[in-house]
Amino acid sequence: MADVHLPRSLVALFPGAPRRMEARGATVADVIADLDARVPGIRNRLLDAGPSIRTHINIFVAGERAMLSTPVPEGATVHVIPAVSGG
Amino acid sequence: MSDRVAVLVGTRKGLFVLDGDADRQDWRVRGPMCDGWPIHDAIVDPKSGALYAAGGSNWYGPAVWRSDDMGETWSHSSEGLTYGDDGPKVTTVWNVTAGPDALYAGVEEAGLFRSGDGGATWEHVAGLTNHPSRPEWVPGNGGLILHSIVPHPTDTDRLWVGISAVGAFETGDGGTSWATRNKGVRADFNPENIYPDFGQCVHKLVMAADGGELLYQQNHCGVYRSADGGQQWQEITKGLPTQFGFPMAAHPRDPQTVWTIPMTEPEDGRVMIDGQAAVWRTNDGGSTWQRSGEGLPQEHAFLGVLREAMAVDRLDPVGVYFGTSTGQVYGSRDEGVTWTLIADNLPSIWSVEAALVS
Repeated sequence: MADVHLPRSLVALFPGAPRRMEARGATVADVIADLDARVPGIRNRLLDAGPSIRTHINIFVAGERAMLSTPVPEGATVHVIPAVSGG
Repeated sequence: MSDRVAVLVGTRKGLFVLDGDADRQDWRVRGPMCDGWPIHDAIVDPKSGALYAAGGSNWYGPAVWRSDDMGETWSHSSEGLTYGDDGPKVTTVWNVTAGPDALYAGVEEAGLFRSGDGGATWEHVAGLTNHPSRPEWVPGNGGLILHSIVPHPTDTDRLWVGISAVGAFETGDGGTSWATRNKGVRADFNPENIYPDFGQCVHKLVMAADGGELLYQQNHCGVYRSADGGQQWQEITKGLPTQFGFPMAAHPRDPQTVWTIPMTEPEDGRVMIDGQAAVWRTNDGGSTWQRSGEGLPQEHAFLGVLREAMAVDRLDPVGVYFGTSTGQVYGSRDEGVTWTLIADNLPSIWSVEAALVS
């Protein structure tokens, strides 16, 4: 089980969704699939065609920048962080 | 339903709703909505009363938003709004249009999507993407975008679209097959062939209130009308101060009346001519044009107005509205003869739509 931290701008799109969720999955892709099962549509906000993580979204597992295939160890902290960009 | 007008204003930083009073004189501004996402188009579906807003976030991608309480609460979806994992990315939604039997979305990179469940899920209209011209489509300055969607008012199999910088297409079989509809439209920027089959830079395609055959378009290279559903276009630029402009709006009852906003040519900035804001109107199908600047700023007004940023209501006389890239919304209660500022200091405006609401 991973400890997933979600940004305010993301959970605002899904009324009632918490900023912090526990999710199952051996990889980042699996964790996102598990999140999507409970917050339908959240996968589409994080992933683009490919599938790939959207250009301006960063995902960190235990403090390291991750890809969809990155393993998620039991108990790991996963941070979803939108890029600091825009104007 | 009462006859109060709501003007929906899509901006670079969210959707705003201007609630008008019964006289269309006083306006209350609500917003920003849709979490401040860039909104390129918004409509009220006349059947359901639902408000739809189309756009895309730099972070979270494309979506069509829906509100069933005129903007108090929202949901959004992009389920199915994809060319598949092997296809090009859909970066944003530029147009949402309610047809007689379905909701349509036009996206970047250019393509058409259809929803039969009120925007909850979307299905790619693959027939358009499969058109033989597709490998040769090239973007305009604003990107390769499908920005105009014109359903036939009664025949659910017929639909026109406008794509920059590709031109107009029509389907007569519900989207399975498509034909180009660009005959008579110039592409001056193509020195090899000024009248190609496709590659025209249509800026806005609209339908007149004639029952489904009379179309108008503002193009990069002039203004045109077609009396046969786009099979042949006649240029009606003569009488306008420039051939360039982005938006166009058609009268809801008089098929001979349309409005456009001529701008300086691209190399001259694409702004109001001589810094004098004006909307131009024809009441005879484009044979003659009348300028109206009364109530609009007439000096140092180098305003820009984008393709989706002009709209009409259905009242009598018709109200006409346009929004600027610098955040002003102007409205006219007399079919575009005189104008007043109805909102100011909004973010840069992408779209304006007017709807009658209860």
